[in-house]
Amino acid sequence: MSQIPEHLHYADSHEWVDAANPDAATIGVSDHAQAELTDVVYLELPEVGRQVGAGEAIAVIESVKAANDIYAPVGGEIVEVNSALAEEPGPVNSDPYGAGWMFRIKLSDPAELDRLMDAEAYRRHVG
Amino acid sequence: MTAMRDCAEPLRRLQTGVSEDIPGSETPTKLQASPLAAEHARLGARMAAFAGWDMPIQYGGGIVAEHRAVRESGGVFDISHMGQIRVGGAGAARWLNRLLTNDLNLIGPGEGQYTLMPNEAGGVIDDLIAYRETDANGGGFFLVVNASKIGEDFAWLKEHADFEAEVSLKNASAAFGGIAVQGPRAAALWEETTAGALGDLPPRNGMIRVEDGATIVCRTGYTGEDGFELFAPPERIAGWFRRFVEAGAEPCGLGARDTLRLEKGYPLNGADLDPVHTPLEAGLGFFCKLDKAGGFIGRDVLARQKAEGLATKLSAIRRTAKGPPPRHGYAVFPSGEAEPVAELTSGTLSPTLGCGIGLAYLPAALARAGTPLEIEIRGRRFAAEVVKKPFV
Repeated sequence: MSQIPEHLHYADSHEWVDAANPDAATIGVSDHAQAELTDVVYLELPEVGRQVGAGEAIAVIESVKAANDIYAPVGGEIVEVNSALAEEPGPVNSDPYGAGWMFRIKLSDPAELDRLMDAEAYRRHVG
Repeated sequence: MTAMRDCAEPLRRLQTGVSEDIPGSETPTKLQASPLAAEHARLGARMAAFAGWDMPIQYGGGIVAEHRAVRESGGVFDISHMGQIRVGGAGAARWLNRLLTNDLNLIGPGEGQYTLMPNEAGGVIDDLIAYRETDANGGGFFLVVNASKIGEDFAWLKEHADFEAEVSLKNASAAFGGIAVQGPRAAALWEETTAGALGDLPPRNGMIRVEDGATIVCRTGYTGEDGFELFAPPERIAGWFRRFVEAGAEPCGLGARDTLRLEKGYPLNGADLDPVHTPLEAGLGFFCKLDKAGGFIGRDVLARQKAEGLATKLSAIRRTAKGPPPRHGYAVFPSGEAEPVAELTSGTLSPTLGCGIGLAYLPAALARAGTPLEIEIRGRRFAAEVVKKPFV
């Protein structure tokens, strides 16, 4: 069974959001997503300062097999990216909710979080 | 990653490494199930469409782990999708030799050779392995062809069949399931699983028949490692597959099959081989016997190319730094120039080298090892260079 931490919000496209700090909400992909991808070998992250809308494709994650889009689960400004992953994307697989975080967004509309799933709903979604 | 909305669905792909999207392998409405489908389900394989078949792309450990298992130990692949064609009759050798670039006179009973079936223009219809059957097995030839080309190959053979020359043709693809056991431990895996009851493996490129002739074992593969391909009646193939898995062979999918073959520079028909480029342009001149008795279809085109020099060559291209994996279809530029000169026919991240590798038909002037190139990936250029084959 994949891990689904209780305190996070989840998009149906398998990104998670930690919105404890709405000025720098942290985003990554779920344990389920990394297991589906396997072997993440390359990550293309957005530029800091970019304004993104909820649902916008803003990053690319590549396995040996394929390239996949990553979508912004919420809108706002990219305030930080995990540039260590550009060198070594391994943590996306080994620690998807920790060292595998991808970027932080300053939320433009915290109400958008309500459109995401909680852990229980996401568990059913991937069930 | 909306692609993963339905967990049963494979990820949506922007670009793929394995060629589900190659011409001739479009997904039909109903995919053929492998006789190993239940084994794949039990092992948690991720399945995807390939050449009209529902095939395992990878298992739980992932492509890189499967790739390493084959390079370092042993892996077992489902190759039930591959096609088998029997050619028999008194005139089989002479007739078939006219349709293939290699020379069947160079192989004796129980031996096989890699060969190509060209069209009139010298382009590639298919690449295949032709085995000469022993007289005890009725003589004639056993052809192992690409899944995506079974129909086209058989139609071409029939179209050129000269039945006065006493040739019989049979598409035997439905009569066989298949597995490939590959890796430095392949021979040991054969010994462990058969306990000497079926004899030794044949030598390189050889074939034997076991189980009263119903099962065919060929010492060949598509990974660059030692190994064999085993074709058995569909109802028996799961038993074989399980035996090798239980003996420690890593179940491997088509994802690893693609990275393994590409590291060795082996071409994939439909991607690196096509009806336009000749085997000489594909770097397969060794398998084209231009001077064999009787010649072959397309021979004159190849002879002219050889005399005049090749305009394009399928070249090995390696990224010079870390970065995104190159993939099929990406544009290739001479370093610093505005216009592309080619598209990658194959590309991947080499699990062994840890960098991007690919193949492309380059103008001959650029095909020399060391030539600096750039590959365009999502609008950005990444440095690469021509290298000698194989990559690994």
